[in-house]
Amino acid sequence: MELIGKTKIDFIGMKKISFIISGIISIIGIIGIIQIGRGAANMGIDFSGGTSVQLKFSQPIAMEQARAALAKHNLAEANLQEIKEGNKLLVKVGKTTLATGKAADTIVEVFTKEIPGNTFVVEGSTEIGPSIGDKLRKDTLVAVAISLLGIIIYIAWRFDFRFGVGATLSTLHDVLAMIAVFFVLGKEINLLLITAVLTIAGYSLTDTVVVFDRIRENLHKNLKESMPAIFNRSINEVLSRTIVTSITTFLAAVSLLLFGGEVIHDFAFALVVGVVVATYSSIFVASPIVALWEERAAAQAKS
Amino acid sequence: MSKGLTWRVSMILVFLLLSFLYLTPTLVSNLPSWWQGYLPKDKIHLGLDLQGGTHLVMEVETQKAVEGTLDIIATDLEDSLSAQNLRFKHISRVGSDKVQLVLYDKATAENAQNLVKKKYPEMEQLPTYDEGGFVNMSLRMSDKVAQDRRDKSVQQALETIRNRIDQFGVSEPVIQQEGINHVVVQLPGIKDPKRAIELIGRTARLEFKLVDENINAATATPGTIPEDDELLVEKRTDPATGAVTEIPLVVKKKAMITGDLLTDAQVRIDSQFNQPYVAIDFNSTGARLFDQVTAANVGKRFAIVLDNNIYSAPVIRERISGGSAQISGSFTEKEAADLSIVLRAGSLPAPVKIIQNVTVGPSLGQDSIHKGLIAGLVGVMLVVVFMAVYYKLAGLVANFGMVLNIIYLMGALAALGATLTLPGIAAIVLLVGMSVDSNVLIFERIREELRLGKTPAAGVDAGYDKAFLTIMDSHVTTLITAAVLFQFGTGPVKGFAVSLSLGIIINLFTSLLATRAVFDFFLSRMHVKKLSI
Repeated sequence: MELIGKTKIDFIGMKKISFIISGIISIIGIIGIIQIGRGAANMGIDFSGGTSVQLKFSQPIAMEQARAALAKHNLAEANLQEIKEGNKLLVKVGKTTLATGKAADTIVEVFTKEIPGNTFVVEGSTEIGPSIGDKLRKDTLVAVAISLLGIIIYIAWRFDFRFGVGATLSTLHDVLAMIAVFFVLGKEINLLLITAVLTIAGYSLTDTVVVFDRIRENLHKNLKESMPAIFNRSINEVLSRTIVTSITTFLAAVSLLLFGGEVIHDFAFALVVGVVVATYSSIFVASPIVALWEERAAAQAKS
Repeated sequence: MSKGLTWRVSMILVFLLLSFLYLTPTLVSNLPSWWQGYLPKDKIHLGLDLQGGTHLVMEVETQKAVEGTLDIIATDLEDSLSAQNLRFKHISRVGSDKVQLVLYDKATAENAQNLVKKKYPEMEQLPTYDEGGFVNMSLRMSDKVAQDRRDKSVQQALETIRNRIDQFGVSEPVIQQEGINHVVVQLPGIKDPKRAIELIGRTARLEFKLVDENINAATATPGTIPEDDELLVEKRTDPATGAVTEIPLVVKKKAMITGDLLTDAQVRIDSQFNQPYVAIDFNSTGARLFDQVTAANVGKRFAIVLDNNIYSAPVIRERISGGSAQISGSFTEKEAADLSIVLRAGSLPAPVKIIQNVTVGPSLGQDSIHKGLIAGLVGVMLVVVFMAVYYKLAGLVANFGMVLNIIYLMGALAALGATLTLPGIAAIVLLVGMSVDSNVLIFERIREELRLGKTPAAGVDAGYDKAFLTIMDSHVTTLITAAVLFQFGTGPVKGFAVSLSLGIIINLFTSLLATRAVFDFFLSRMHVKKLSI
C-alpha cells in the first residue's frame, strides 16, 4: 500500500507562508518563555515550589464547598482542579507561609474538619521547597542548553555548519512551538513538559536528519540542478517515509494521551503536539533555511 | 544458510533467552526452589510513582553542626578551667566560627592559652586584648576544620537516618547523599508516611538538665532569667480529651548528661497505670555521671529534654546508680516506640529540613500501572495493524522487530536493576513508534531500489546499506538528549531517560541486524520473485 506516490510539491517555494507561520508561533513561544522566567505563567510546583495534594472522595464534592473550606483557613489562593473520574480533587498551593513538610497535612486537616460527611483518602502529595524549585529550574535550563549544543556539534560534524544551524533552528522552533501551545492553553509548565520537549527535540532532529541525508546525497549526485530544485526533490523523495513514521509515532502518543491516565495526560499531549510540529518543521523550516543560505552563498561565490 | 546468518540468528535467540530469563521473576510470582540458586531472582524495580511510597529530600543544616561543636568546646573549656582553678568570667561561642573566653587577668590567660593549645591544637588562637579590665581571648575554627565538620555531619546524618529506617522496618529503602548537604530518602510502599517523616526528621538530641527552682517559671520571660538558664516548655496531653497543656519550666542551660551516653532504649509498659514509657541504659561514663548528679541533687527536679521540649521533669528522690533510667510522659505506645528507635539510632549531628516530599498512595500507583499497560497495548496494536496493512509481509517483519525490541528492553531493565517509572512506560510506548521508524526508513529505501529494477535480494541489501548512516545519525542525536536527561533528571524523569536510551541502543540492534536476518532467511531459503513490501 502507498499513501503517497511520487510527489512534486514545491516545498521551498512555500517558504514565505511557512516562515510567517513559524515566525508567529516562535514569537508566542518566546513570550511564553519570558513569562515563565518572570513566573507569570502557570508554573508547576516542581519549579515554583509549593504543595499539591490529590484527594479521592467517597462522594462527589462541590468545588464551591471545597473552595470555601480552604478560604476559611487562609488558603483562598489554592488552585483546585477536578479530575473527572472517581471524585478526585487536586489541590495546589504555591509558596505559602506554611512550612515544607506541613502544608500537605494542613490541607488534609482542613478537609477532614470542614467536610466531615465526605470521607477521602490521600492518593498522593508533593511538597517542594523553594530552594529545590530554583535548583531544578537552573538545572533544567542547563540541560536544555547542553542537549541543544550537543546536537549542533553532532550535526555540524556529520554535515556542515549550515546544516547544523538549520537543524538547530528547526529544533528550537519545535521547542518554542510546544511552549507556545502550553502557554496559550494555560497548561502547567512542569518537569514532565520539559522532558517531553527534549524528547521531541530528539525526534524532530531524527526527522530533519533523514531529509538532510537525502539532500546531501542528491547534492553529490547532481551538480547541474538548481539548489531549490534539489532540495525540493529530496524532500519529495522522503516525504512518504516522513509521513509514515509520523503516523506510527503519532498513534503511539495518542494512545498514551487517551489511555495513559491523568498523571501523564499533559505529557502525552505535549508529545502529540510535538510529533506534529516536528514533522512540519523538518519539511518547512529546516530545509528552506539551508536552501536559502546555500543559494546566497552560491550567488556570492559567482559574483 | 550462509554463515553470517547462523551467527545472527543465534545472537537473536540468545538475547531472547536471556531476556526471558531475567523477566521470569517479574512474570512468575512463585518461583520454584531450584530457580533460586544461580538464576536471576530480582523483579523489575518499579519507581515510587508506580508502586507508591515516599520520596524525601532533606537538607542537613551543616552550619548548626559546626556551631554545636563550638558549643561543646566552650562547655568543655569551662569544666577544664574550673578543674585547674583558673577563674573566668565568661566562655561562650560567638558568631559562626569562634569561641570567646573572658578572663580576669593576663596570667590566667596564658595558662588558658597553654591548655587550649594542648586540648584543641586545631583551633587557631587570635591575639588576646584587654577589654574593660578583662582579658579577652578568642579561638577560631579554621575554614578547613569547619568544612571537615560539615562534611562529617552529612555522613553522620546519613548513617543515623539509615539506622532509624532499618529499625523502623521499611523494605528496600534508598538512602543516599545528593550534592553537598542533601540526603535523599526513598521509602517504597510505606503505609504511614507522616509517622516515618517525623521519625526521620527529628534531631533527637536528648539532654538531662537540672530545673532552676529559684525562679518562678510561670512569670519568667527569656529576658528576665539568669544568663545560664533557659525557658523551656513541657507539653502534656490529656489522654481522655486530647487537650494539650503547656507548662513552662526554667532549666539550667548546661546539660548534665546527653543522649550519646546511652547504650539502649526500650519501650516498657507501666504495670500500675498501663502507660508506656521508655527505659534507657547508660554506658559506664553515663552511669557514673548519672550517679554523681543524682547524688548531689536529691530533692531537686531533673528535666528530660528532647530537642528543646521537656518530656518530663521528675523529682530526684534518691541517688540512682546502676545506669538505668526511664523516660515517661504522656505518649501513646507508637510514640514511645518511635522515641526508643531514635534514641537507639542516635541523634542527628545537625537538624535536617525537609525540602522535598513526594508521596504517592498505593492506589494511584496501581492505577498508573494499569493505565500505562493499556496505553501501551493500544499503541502497539495500532502500530502493528498500520504496519501490516501498509507494508504487508515486510510490515510483519517490522512488527516482529518491534516486539523483539520490547522484550529485550524489559529484559535489560530487569538485568540492569534499572527503575521503571510512569514516564519510563511512556518512553517504551514512544519507542514502539520510533522502532518502526527505522524499519520504515529501510523499507522506503528498498521500495526505491526495487523501482529501479533490482532483484529482491539486491534491493534488500541496498536498502539496508543506504539507510544505515541515516539510522545511526538519528539514533545518536536522540541518545544525546537521553543522556542529558539522565544526567540532570531526578526520579521519574531519570526513569524516562533510562528506558529511552536503552531502547535506542536495542533498537539499533533489532532494526539493523534482527529484521535483516529475517529477510535474509526467507530470501535464501525460498525462491522469492517479488517482495511483499
